[in-house]
Amino acid sequence: MTDAPLKSQYWSGFRQGLPFMLVVVPFGLLFGVVASESGFTPVQIMAFSSVVFAGASQFAALQLMVEDAPFLIVVATALAVNLRMAMYSASLAVWLGEAPLWKRALIAYVNVDQSYAVSVNRYEDRPQMSLAARIAFFFGAVTPICPVWVLATGVGIWVGDAIPEWMALDFAVPICFLAIIAPMMRTLAHMVAALVSIVLALALAGLPYNTGLLIAAIVAMIVGARVEVMSARRVPA
Amino acid sequence: MSAAYIWTVILVLGVGTYLIRFSFLGLIGGRRLPDWALRHLRYTAVAVLPGLVAPMVLWPAATGGEVDPARLSAALATFGVGILTRNVIASILTGGVVLYGMLALTAGY
Repeated sequence: MTDAPLKSQYWSGFRQGLPFMLVVVPFGLLFGVVASESGFTPVQIMAFSSVVFAGASQFAALQLMVEDAPFLIVVATALAVNLRMAMYSASLAVWLGEAPLWKRALIAYVNVDQSYAVSVNRYEDRPQMSLAARIAFFFGAVTPICPVWVLATGVGIWVGDAIPEWMALDFAVPICFLAIIAPMMRTLAHMVAALVSIVLALALAGLPYNTGLLIAAIVAMIVGARVEVMSARRVPA
Repeated sequence: MSAAYIWTVILVLGVGTYLIRFSFLGLIGGRRLPDWALRHLRYTAVAVLPGLVAPMVLWPAATGGEVDPARLSAALATFGVGILTRNVIASILTGGVVLYGMLALTAGY
């Protein structure tokens, strides 16, 4: 028994990616709205969403730029938000590392939380999938997510001012973030890391140049890794 | 914020983010990362995002940095439902309902 035809792999990826549109659309809309309220031009906003192409880091950068944080802090914090993608890249490489360079270069561009999660789940469930099938599935999963992100940003710029103040749109950003963070609380180590991040970010909020968040993140990351090692030791082998 | 500044941030972030995404996919054959590195990378998202959100929740700009019961309860509801259901949509909807409900309730004060 060989793989199902590539076309059906593509569509099965597409179906798995589809529900994420419900998150990507409001998040993208919101970026368009918030960025245009912060004084960015439509061209800059569209470039932001299509060149950087990473929602959480875009909001982080935007927030810090509005607060007049220095360039290096803006870049370091936003890139720190994206560091997790190095992990995605490493785990996708196990499954897609044999693909030609140009395909890997394209896969890297659309290597986002959702496409990564959906694809690696699938690859682990069906280790016998061929390389071509894995690639078809990956691009299927990406199709309802990535173009939609850029489109939603555009719509956000367009509707921007039409959104009334009572809708308290300011708070849609933290709500979206919290909804994304909550399912990440998989283990004790994740919870402790998140707690350290919150406590230190609040305690260090007064530090100049918004360095507090960066320090909080580095310490939280180290603590998370330590807790993981400690919990692994406690479990008998 | 000058246009040049905004464009520089976009380009540097774009290139940096792409290099992060390409990093290991770019190395042929999927060489393994050392365990200690993977162990730290696993916690980057939970190390950065909660710290980024916490001040927005506790000291929202919309209320001039004053703690706001409506926003605080919406945040807690979003996070609670997210932990219980692991469902992003359910958790966003709950947050929205609580936010508008509480804003309507506290509107008179």
